[in-house]
Amino acid sequence: MAYLFPSPEWFEQLKNEINRSEAYASSAKTWEGDFYFIIKPWGTRQEPVKVYLDLWHGKCRDAHEVTGPETKKPEFVITGTLDTYRQIFTGKLDPIQALMTRKLELQGNLGKIMKAVKATLDLVKCCGQIETQYADQV
Amino acid sequence: MWFFNSPEVVYGETALDYLEQLSGRRAFIVTDPHLHELGFTERIAERLRRAGLEVAVFPEVEPEPSLETVRRGAAAIRACEPDWIVGLGGGSALDAAKAMWVLYERPDVDPASINPLERYGLGARARLITIPTTAGTGAEVTWAVVLTDAAEGRKMALGSRETLATLAIVDPALTADLPPRLTADTGMDALTHAIEGYTSNLHNDFCDGLCLKAAQLVFTYLPRAVADGHDAEAREKMANAATIAGLGFGNAMAALAHALGHSFGAVFHQPHGRAVGLYLPYTIEFIANGGISRYADLAHFLRLPHTDEAGAAAALAAAVRGLARQIGQPLSVAMLGISEADHEAALERLCDFAEMDTQVVMAPRVPDRDELAQLYRYAFRGQSVDF
Repeated sequence: MAYLFPSPEWFEQLKNEINRSEAYASSAKTWEGDFYFIIKPWGTRQEPVKVYLDLWHGKCRDAHEVTGPETKKPEFVITGTLDTYRQIFTGKLDPIQALMTRKLELQGNLGKIMKAVKATLDLVKCCGQIETQYADQV
Repeated sequence: MWFFNSPEVVYGETALDYLEQLSGRRAFIVTDPHLHELGFTERIAERLRRAGLEVAVFPEVEPEPSLETVRRGAAAIRACEPDWIVGLGGGSALDAAKAMWVLYERPDVDPASINPLERYGLGARARLITIPTTAGTGAEVTWAVVLTDAAEGRKMALGSRETLATLAIVDPALTADLPPRLTADTGMDALTHAIEGYTSNLHNDFCDGLCLKAAQLVFTYLPRAVADGHDAEAREKMANAATIAGLGFGNAMAALAHALGHSFGAVFHQPHGRAVGLYLPYTIEFIANGGISRYADLAHFLRLPHTDEAGAAAALAAAVRGLARQIGQPLSVAMLGISEADHEAALERLCDFAEMDTQVVMAPRVPDRDELAQLYRYAFRGQSVDF
């Protein structure tokens, strides 16, 4: 079954993938940090999609779309287009390359991310595990 | 989308004389005390004076330069207000000069935070010249800045595409008196840059040719440069090889041998080139065993016998080990005099540091934690990688 990206079901599935990944559990065992992942508007959509992801010691404690008022102040905010996320999830674009070419915009300490490159890669692999239909192709 | 970045490169015999053609008011030389005492600084300064520039010198860069040294150097640069900053030395002096340049132009920047995502607007007050005195690091043409936080005892891989020198002067005369051991260590660094630049995940059309040529030059000329430091042709070709490899890997990234070597160097305090060169053949075998690699191209260009990708990787790993043997480099960690007990005791830290190294994910086959530990153990024993 393909999950729509972005959608609450997709993020729930991501949480499941992360929490059953032995590779991520190992490479991110010391990681402490939460994120907003922002997907810029596409097509006729006017508003971005904002996703909160709380990653803690190799597990995902929370993954949900933020629809109401802001309540979190995550350590990192990563912003990109739907197409950039698609390229990363499908392995066509290296996430570090995406950051360095500013296809992904980062607010937060890049140094902390760069020290967790293996964990970053394993996280992206979890995203790639999800059978996905992208919202601009529906 | 990707980038190819390069300074203007002036190379070959008498390249240093190009300094006499500069225009400006003041130049500030950043170097290490050893080179300063040996008179290298004066060789640069006299040419700058002939160009009509006043010259100041900061001869205080230590190996693995600290943030504190960078801050002190930047303060001295601000007092001098040069329009040229000249980095002179090995990778440490050149990287320190890059960071001091950032702080000179942007005193508000924390040197530990120099990163590729920020825009610094460098070049408004000064331009940077890099002049290597070794043939290996390629730091003269890369934007990487490796600094050490002395308080925490950790190395930081920093840099921005803006921290690329305006001009790199690669004069082989500066390497003529390098001792054989340093020649061998730095030469293996250049070879590792060439092979990893060709095979990293970010390999690209602009870098491939550079990496192939650099590898060929190292295999041909490094033994001669080690055997006879005053072999002018070998010195020139090795100087070129290091810079070409720097352009190659600097625009394509290094990979697994660097991740293992950085970690090993940090734990056991071994020279960078010796460490990465030691791990290179093991990582070639490991990557090739994963079934995805580009070693056949390298083997073909280097005229190594092979019939398929696996054979090419084996031939290349054997050629690297043969070169290392020929120039007296260690083939295993045990040959460095490190005991198995000490190595085992350090294994967790080795794996921790390697996992945190950006280069680890640049390899086409990324080892998991157990594989990292195995790679270290195989390299300790000098055993070819069979997994």
